[in-house]
Amino acid sequence: MSSAVVFTSAAQSRPLVFDGKAVPEVSLPEPGEARPPQAVRYAELSSSLASNPKLIDVTQASRLEIRPAPEMVSSGISAIDALTGGLPRGCLTEICGSASSGRTTLLLAALAAATRRGEFCVVVDASDTLDPHSALAAGVELDHLLWVRCGEDTNSRSAEKKSRAKTFFSSETRQSDHRMEQVLRATDLLLESGGFGLIVLDLGDLPPQAARYIPLTTWFRFRRVVEHTPTILLVIEPQPIAGSCSSLLLQLGSQCEEPDGMHALRPTHAHLLTGLNITAELLCSRLERKPAQSTAFESKTAWAG
Amino acid sequence: MPFACIYVPNFSVAAILRAEPELKTSAVAVIEGKPPLERIIAVNERARRLGIAPGMTKAQAELCEGLTLRLRSPLQESSAHAALLDCAQSFSPRAEDAARDTALLDLAGMESLFGSLPEISRAIHNRAAALGLEPNVASASNPDAALLAARGFTGVTVIASGKEAEQLGVLPAEVLFAEELQKGKAATGLLETLNRWGIHNLRSLAALPQAALSERLGQEGLRLQQLARGATQRTLVPVETPLLFEEAIELEHAIVLLEPLAFLLNRMLEQLCARLAARAKAAQELRLTLELETYTSRKEQFLRTLRLPVPMLDAKVFLKLLQLDLNAHPPGAPIAKIHLAAEAARSRAAQGGLFLPPAPEPEKLELTLTRIAALVGENKIGALELLDTHHPEGFRMQRFIAQAPQKQPCKTAPDAEEQKSIVTALRRFRPPLKANVTLENSQPLHVACLKKKEPHGAVLWKAGPWRSSGDWWEREAWSRDEWDLALQSKSEGQISFYRLVHDLLAGNWYLEGTYD
Repeated sequence: MSSAVVFTSAAQSRPLVFDGKAVPEVSLPEPGEARPPQAVRYAELSSSLASNPKLIDVTQASRLEIRPAPEMVSSGISAIDALTGGLPRGCLTEICGSASSGRTTLLLAALAAATRRGEFCVVVDASDTLDPHSALAAGVELDHLLWVRCGEDTNSRSAEKKSRAKTFFSSETRQSDHRMEQVLRATDLLLESGGFGLIVLDLGDLPPQAARYIPLTTWFRFRRVVEHTPTILLVIEPQPIAGSCSSLLLQLGSQCEEPDGMHALRPTHAHLLTGLNITAELLCSRLERKPAQSTAFESKTAWAG
Repeated sequence: MPFACIYVPNFSVAAILRAEPELKTSAVAVIEGKPPLERIIAVNERARRLGIAPGMTKAQAELCEGLTLRLRSPLQESSAHAALLDCAQSFSPRAEDAARDTALLDLAGMESLFGSLPEISRAIHNRAAALGLEPNVASASNPDAALLAARGFTGVTVIASGKEAEQLGVLPAEVLFAEELQKGKAATGLLETLNRWGIHNLRSLAALPQAALSERLGQEGLRLQQLARGATQRTLVPVETPLLFEEAIELEHAIVLLEPLAFLLNRMLEQLCARLAARAKAAQELRLTLELETYTSRKEQFLRTLRLPVPMLDAKVFLKLLQLDLNAHPPGAPIAKIHLAAEAARSRAAQGGLFLPPAPEPEKLELTLTRIAALVGENKIGALELLDTHHPEGFRMQRFIAQAPQKQPCKTAPDAEEQKSIVTALRRFRPPLKANVTLENSQPLHVACLKKKEPHGAVLWKAGPWRSSGDWWEREAWSRDEWDLALQSKSEGQISFYRLVHDLLAGNWYLEGTYD
């Protein structure tokens, strides 16, 4: 339907014109007359517009269908589920935090939950950091997990050596750019392929400036592709980078208290790293307007029993 | 009992046209022999109209404008013959390999599957056309009548039972000697005799008195008369063709670029897929063999094998996979011959369960994995397989196969599973970060990596050492002490947990990963 332009000229008391056609005249007040209340004016205007045959098929904005709420599935950690309602399908979820904040623990828990449901999952690993033994200990079914290890290959490294003298950027930035290109391209292909229950972009160890170079349009594209699919797109990162494209944003941190017995005169092999106390803060949720909340849970190392 | 015959006229030309379909609208002649003594052995109808006939020399044929000459290709002929048998076997398990251009099949009991006799004949014709052949198809109550009708009438012919003599009568007498004539032999003595008697069609031969014919031509004459009447009875000799699906093209001029190669591969793959579909099979493995032209006289072969995770039957997917593979592994020399073979397997069931979680489509997934492998490297994508070792990197990458589960995943108690899954994970540094460690009483006191942005700081808390070793019986022996550390960075004041490793064999210290 072509766009409608309504010209009004209340001062001259001329009739409304819609696409060059005059619509029935709305009774406008005389200059000295008291103006009718706004509700009455709106009712008159809407009734006169509704009588126009061109507007019969137009759905009023107030009657437009509301997008259904996405299906929420378990993240594998009940404290997180209680905080966020789970992870939304067809949406982008960001989990940010610094080193030892519990991001990977949450990632593996989500992978374990998804593979337990029989879904196929992908980890696009920008820094090649996934530890298979931790994944197995977390309960991830490894035959349901596709691992894409991004990073430098020998060909690109030799090409980089050749071009090193010609560029002004540091080698670290170039490596990050190359990795980032691999990550984004691989994610694009996997999203287009479809059929995965959970796709994880692990950008956790990339320098923050490299992650910030990802254009916002990329995140918009990812959000659009994943929309209306049963896939959860999960991004692990040091700082939030997807902006308004993410439906859920969680900030993780760990409380690193001094373990008991640190000062005791015990040999170090009598100590044991038993786990982390992780706090999760819900920074943003576009699914439900909730105030910022937080929760805490504990993770245990595989040998802690 | 009905029989059908599939006959491909001008078989040598048909085999060429199957590989080069764009020549179907032009005059084509096939030559054979050593230069400069090549002679024409087969022509298509358009070339015949131009006055080209088998037996002419190449020099004579070249005088005719608009004629395309092609060398006879035994490879393409064998592929066309295999396609012909595939077509026959797709309708009936009882098929006879009567000649390289002829297949006979027993249609007994096929009506319930494919419909009436004319419908079956049309279906056979359509399937053969889909396989790149333009055959004549005839059905009759006995195999010889079907054979004569297929050789004599173009298109689809159905001879009703009891009307064989009437319908075959209009055919010329040469039909009875088609094989001898095709081989380039001169007309046999019998045909000359019949011509001298003024017998030019089968009706005249069928009308001759039996006793007089036997006196003059003997048993052979009687056999020919029975054939002309469509009254012979014989049993078929069914052939069990092996499931070999191969296509080959010999190139007159070697190709160098991958684009024209992809064009040819597309044709071959389409033919291969049509043949596989005709036999209700799918491809489990594709083997591409390229014969390369090198400067030396010795011919080199370039072999690529695509092992597919599940049986597939999509020519476009195969082409893309081969393109990506050849892009990653180019042949390195001009290509003179292309040979493509498919290993057949049973087609997979396409429908998944209603309540099962979705799985990626195998064709799409295979393409995606190949594309990503071209991006990140072949050994950097796949599923994980843990090895039976205590080595910290004791795993290997294996091919990722997204087999849809056959049954609904079992639901266990969620709490127990969850408690298991909240495991403090290790993020590995690959390669491990080399570190300078300050020791006090043989225990780490301060850790600093070589680069400024890498972890460094005072050790707040430590646990260890945990000693492990292995593979001492091999060259790659390893022995190490592991420490779990809490480091406090001076600049950020942030506390992080790391795994520090002391390589006891080399004497170096590394940060292996961070607990996260």
